[in-house]
Amino acid sequence: MMKKFEFKNLKTNSVFINLAAVSIIFLLIFVLIVTGLLSRYISSILILILVMIIMSTSLNIATGFLGQLHLGHAAFMGIGAYTASLLAILLRDSIGSDVVLFITSTVGAMILAGLAGLLIGWPALRLKGDYLGIMTLGFGEIVKTIITNMKGITNGAQGLYGIPKIMNFPTAFWTTVIVVLTIFLFMNSRHGRAILSIREDEIASESVGINISRYKLLGFVLASMFAAVGGSIFAFNIGFIAPQQFNFLRSVEIFVIVVLGGMGSLTGSIIASIVLVSLPELLREFSSYRYLLYSSLLVIMMLFRPQGLMGTREFSFTRIFKPKLVPTNDEEEPDEKGSDS
Amino acid sequence: MAILDVQNLGISFGGLRAVDNFEITIEDNELVGLIGPNGAGKTTIFNLLTGVYTPTDGSIHLNGKNTIGKKPSQIVMLGSGRTFQNIRLFKNMTVLDNIKIAYHNRMSYGLFGSIFKTRKYYDQEAQAYDVALELLKVFDLDMYESELAKNLPYGKQRKLEIARALATDPSILLLDEPAAGMNPQETEELMETIKLLKTRFKISILLIEHDMKLVMGICERIVVIDYGRIIAKGTPKAIRKNPAVIKAYLGE
Repeated sequence: MMKKFEFKNLKTNSVFINLAAVSIIFLLIFVLIVTGLLSRYISSILILILVMIIMSTSLNIATGFLGQLHLGHAAFMGIGAYTASLLAILLRDSIGSDVVLFITSTVGAMILAGLAGLLIGWPALRLKGDYLGIMTLGFGEIVKTIITNMKGITNGAQGLYGIPKIMNFPTAFWTTVIVVLTIFLFMNSRHGRAILSIREDEIASESVGINISRYKLLGFVLASMFAAVGGSIFAFNIGFIAPQQFNFLRSVEIFVIVVLGGMGSLTGSIIASIVLVSLPELLREFSSYRYLLYSSLLVIMMLFRPQGLMGTREFSFTRIFKPKLVPTNDEEEPDEKGSDS
Repeated sequence: MAILDVQNLGISFGGLRAVDNFEITIEDNELVGLIGPNGAGKTTIFNLLTGVYTPTDGSIHLNGKNTIGKKPSQIVMLGSGRTFQNIRLFKNMTVLDNIKIAYHNRMSYGLFGSIFKTRKYYDQEAQAYDVALELLKVFDLDMYESELAKNLPYGKQRKLEIARALATDPSILLLDEPAAGMNPQETEELMETIKLLKTRFKISILLIEHDMKLVMGICERIVVIDYGRIIAKGTPKAIRKNPAVIKAYLGE
């Protein structure tokens, strides 16, 4: 009996439909950029949105799926940005192709950030909730301070100049697609389910044979590795990075996106990234009032939709193409996750 | 060989001797009840058996293998499954996923397989789906397959918790007060379910329960503890008349 296409969580063809839809979106934007209808300023904001999509979906692994309060995610973005930039500066003469240079330095950044993720995952085995939040916050500041003080390598607080600006929209776009797809596919496997079960009930999870230490570490390491990808794109886009770009405020910004999109929803993070990055830019005309509007939006969201835009659900383009085939499960989502933050 | 062999088991919390010199041997396909007044140490014994606590003395052998010093998740793999006094389901996940999580260790595809969707991934996921659905059918839960676990009625949540424990393929099932909070009708249904576990899955069961009708009705042997010590053991009939048991429950 073949049950292949009856999996509740993953229909292989739905992945292809979504990829096709994403490709169409890409083509539309790409044509607009090539024909010059979108200014350099806008396309640079688009890349910033993509960076935040990577940052928020990766934080979602640790916060949304694993259920651990993580307030130091920007540190891993910083580790990724600095490692990738330094590698690229070192290797730019020996590697001719921009894409190859990007991939090599990003892989290096992912490895280093993954190791740092192990460091933060270790105390996460013992600490929970607020305590873990404070610990991760401290870790983030430590990383920032170390980067600032390694003047010989990182040029300290003045920031690192001369990073090759090898980022362009297509590379950033498809890298983001790969990251999000990888996280999605991972979450729809036995490993992803194990991580979800830890969020739901650690004791029960252990009682059915899940090695919770291992999966907590894995969650933090994966989140850190993908954060490094975000940092890498960020650095190669602007060509200049400084330690204060990866401070506590950046961590909070990413955290807010995850909460607003819905903890445990990748598509929620994507939508929230788009809204929260572009909103301050769109409100530029209101100059001094724009952050008031932005903050009010956050307050209103939390009051009326504490579980975030998407709750724990995912948006799929299959809903548009064949709305009746997808079971709608739009009963009130649990708001426990939203309220304990 | 006994499925579960516990000798001289004891644990102290500071100066409190919560369990002392506890012993029990459970054979294949046996149903043993563990009873005692509130605070007697029953759940502590479960926590010792499942590795949540490490005993201060004594030995535990599960399927002939020593479990002391092993993590709860490792002990599960040696063949024990458990349910909890207060139901612990993965509430915001579907009924089907609850079972699939327990099937985790019986699948072997790695991270690579989950991302690149290898043949192994499809085969094992399809198998997990079949096994999970089979289990749900046994407990009449298959119609709730894609319902969130928290939306099930209380009695069905209990059943789901038992089904989930079974998905790890245990040789012994530890049930911690399965009838707690159930109405007589649900208890009746639970008794049938436990009988079914014995006949269909051929596993051994150790049962903590306060509902005497249930315990006396289905257990073959009963062990009674009070203040962490065994005060009586024997058939339900003998336990009912045992003066030490009557004293523990009713006082002098």
